[in-house]
Amino acid sequence: MSKEQTTPESPAPLLEEEQEADLGRLSYRQLVWRKFRKSRLAVIGGVILVTFYTLAIFAEFFAPYDYQHDNVRLQYVPPQGVHFFGEDGFHIVPFLYGLKQTKNPESGELTYVADRSKTYPVHLFHHGDKYRFFGLISTDIHLIGSEGPFYLIGTDRMGRDIISRIIYGGRVSLTVGLVGVFLSIILGSILGTVSGYWGGLTDILMQRFIELLSSFPTIPLWMALAAALPSNWSGIQVYMGITVILSLLSWGGLARQVRGKVLATREQDYVLAARAAGASHWYILMRHLLPTAYSHIIVIATLSIPGMILGETALSFLGLGIRPPLTSWGVLLEEAQRVTVVLNSPWLLIPSLPVVLVVVAYNFVGDALRDAADPYAS
Amino acid sequence: MSDKLLLEVENLQKHFPIRRGFLQKTVGYVKAVDGVSFTLNRGETLGVVGESGCGKTTVGRSLLRLIEPTGGKVTLHTETGKFNLLELNQTELKRLRPRMQMVFQDPMSSLNSRMTVGDIIAEPLVVNNICKGKELNDKIASLLEAVGLRANDTRRYPHAFSGGQRQRIGIARALALRPDLIVADEPVSALDVSVQAQILNLLQDLKSQYQLSYIFVAHDLGVVEHISDRVAVMYLGRIVEIGETRRLFTYPKHPYTEALLSAVPVADPRVQHSRQRIRLQGDVPSPANPPSGCHFHPRCRYAAEICKREVPLLREVAPNVFAACHLASELKLQGVELLHTAPQEGK
Ligand SMILES: Nc1ncnc2c1ncn2[C@@H]1O[C@H](COP(=O)(O)OP(=O)(O)O)[C@@H](O)[C@H]1O
Ligand code: SF4
Ligand SMILES: [Mg+2]
Repeated sequence: MSKEQTTPESPAPLLEEEQEADLGRLSYRQLVWRKFRKSRLAVIGGVILVTFYTLAIFAEFFAPYDYQHDNVRLQYVPPQGVHFFGEDGFHIVPFLYGLKQTKNPESGELTYVADRSKTYPVHLFHHGDKYRFFGLISTDIHLIGSEGPFYLIGTDRMGRDIISRIIYGGRVSLTVGLVGVFLSIILGSILGTVSGYWGGLTDILMQRFIELLSSFPTIPLWMALAAALPSNWSGIQVYMGITVILSLLSWGGLARQVRGKVLATREQDYVLAARAAGASHWYILMRHLLPTAYSHIIVIATLSIPGMILGETALSFLGLGIRPPLTSWGVLLEEAQRVTVVLNSPWLLIPSLPVVLVVVAYNFVGDALRDAADPYAS
Repeated sequence: MSDKLLLEVENLQKHFPIRRGFLQKTVGYVKAVDGVSFTLNRGETLGVVGESGCGKTTVGRSLLRLIEPTGGKVTLHTETGKFNLLELNQTELKRLRPRMQMVFQDPMSSLNSRMTVGDIIAEPLVVNNICKGKELNDKIASLLEAVGLRANDTRRYPHAFSGGQRQRIGIARALALRPDLIVADEPVSALDVSVQAQILNLLQDLKSQYQLSYIFVAHDLGVVEHISDRVAVMYLGRIVEIGETRRLFTYPKHPYTEALLSAVPVADPRVQHSRQRIRLQGDVPSPANPPSGCHFHPRCRYAAEICKREVPLLREVAPNVFAACHLASELKLQGVELLHTAPQEGK
């Protein structure tokens, strides 16, 4: 091949392109990331998610108390205030007052008022309940705490700190969706790819089966399956059971979407080119079809995590999901079911806040990912 | 131009089943290609022309067995013998695939946007275990230069290139295996007119440089005029006229060819002004339900009674001129003078 014989009328001024060459060298992933970052909602959602997951991972450290730390003499304590100004003026270190229990003589109800004679400063790196960090290092350091009662958003009927329980509960609630989606991605993308690439009778049967599956109303089906989990199962077994149930019912939607993507990609000219070159099915699957479907799979997965989080919350709320002593946001809300509780101790409803925040955050991130997944459409 | 046969296509058919209902039962067929026959010599370019939907793409893909034809025979002549491509099993087919490559119409869909240009061009070489490492890189670089791109474009992604440049990348990929035949399926239809000429010239240059034969598909005659030695005109899955380019342009023998020709702009403005443009009435009928007799009769201004009843066969109406029209010998059809015939070898 001689250079001299190349076409003389080379296209487009090549030098100009040299200046923007950095953009031309950006891979698909880099382009998606550039576009994703530009979405403000995605960044907000991302920050919320990172915060919650960090809290959950290091729950022992961030939670002021162990989630099982109870105190029969401090039941239904309302949120305590954090103060800078006391009777003796301004404190640089914020503090909390002690609690004085009073009994309503008529109803026999316990109420708490601040005991202004006692002040307890808030400690950073407070020495509180003992725990083993990741089961390894034994320590008792908590990010914040104090010597006296430290119930920023109150306690429940057993005198347990609600903030601590929310932080620990996130461990279950935030990962149920992840594990569930992971299982349904594996199932959904394998079956969706097979269905889309080979087509024929396999495809028809698979599509009809998925339609059947998705025509059941989800909640009753979840309930039926969850009710079938043996009652003597341990917390971890129940947890795994719930994720399997959640993913069994959601892989169908994912499989359909992956199939659609594979069907569309299969017809792309670059796949034909690979076949014309003699590429095997396996090569085309691994090199062209899966990488193209992959971004799509991530988007769908992100958008289906909130559904699973809500699913777990709903099941646990109905008493069919996670069981004490394990805790989750659904379990916490289950404890807030009685009307009297809601009337007298509305702070028990606070665990619904993280549920909403996380669901919204996932949707922000998922939507932005979907928009960014096609970075070439400008 | 040598007269050695490269490809013989006999009665090629592709009928797409139309499926309906819950269990996807076949309720009919789209006869996208319905009995196409032609031959191609080594070093020759055959233009294939027809309105969109007449089956050009399906012919191209069937030849390369990118779709499985319903019937017919495609014989490829090689130094080691001749092979009916449609009877080969996958292993045998894989061995012959490098001899026939394809250039696609859509510069967007023909390149995987997740792969670098280098990886795209390397694909045929890697898939066939032809070379790797430094040898592979050198080969990619020289292929890029052969199509007028720069050797250091390998690490860039397709989105960094214009439509014309993307077509060049697709051409480099098709060249990688040193094929004998390239099926170019409307390679310039999606490009700006100014870029079209560049790509056509590139293909023309590569042809002699790499001893290629082309099947060059286009939807208008203007594009194939410069590049083709012979032209086949297709209508609803069949070839209605095939013959040497200059003859077909000056003395068309099929009314459909005449109609297509009347839309080709002519260089001489006086001639252009005096020509009458034949407007075809109606759309191309559906190949699922083609008209009786001559498929073209509802739109043909010469249609006679016999045309509705009997299918005209492709026959030799003059030496080396084949047309499928009952009235081919009687009609005096209007062609165009090729004042600006492109320089072609051997002419
Ligand atoms: N995969 C397919 N399934 C069903 N019908 C098809 C398929 N591909 C093409 N066709 C039909 O076959 C006919 C010819 O199509 P095509 O070969 O793409 O024409 P052209 O390339 O000349 O525009 C059209 O009517 C088209 O709708
Ligand atoms: S056979 Fe009849 S209808 Fe068909 S092209 Fe010829 S004249 Fe027209
Ligand atoms: Mg086409």
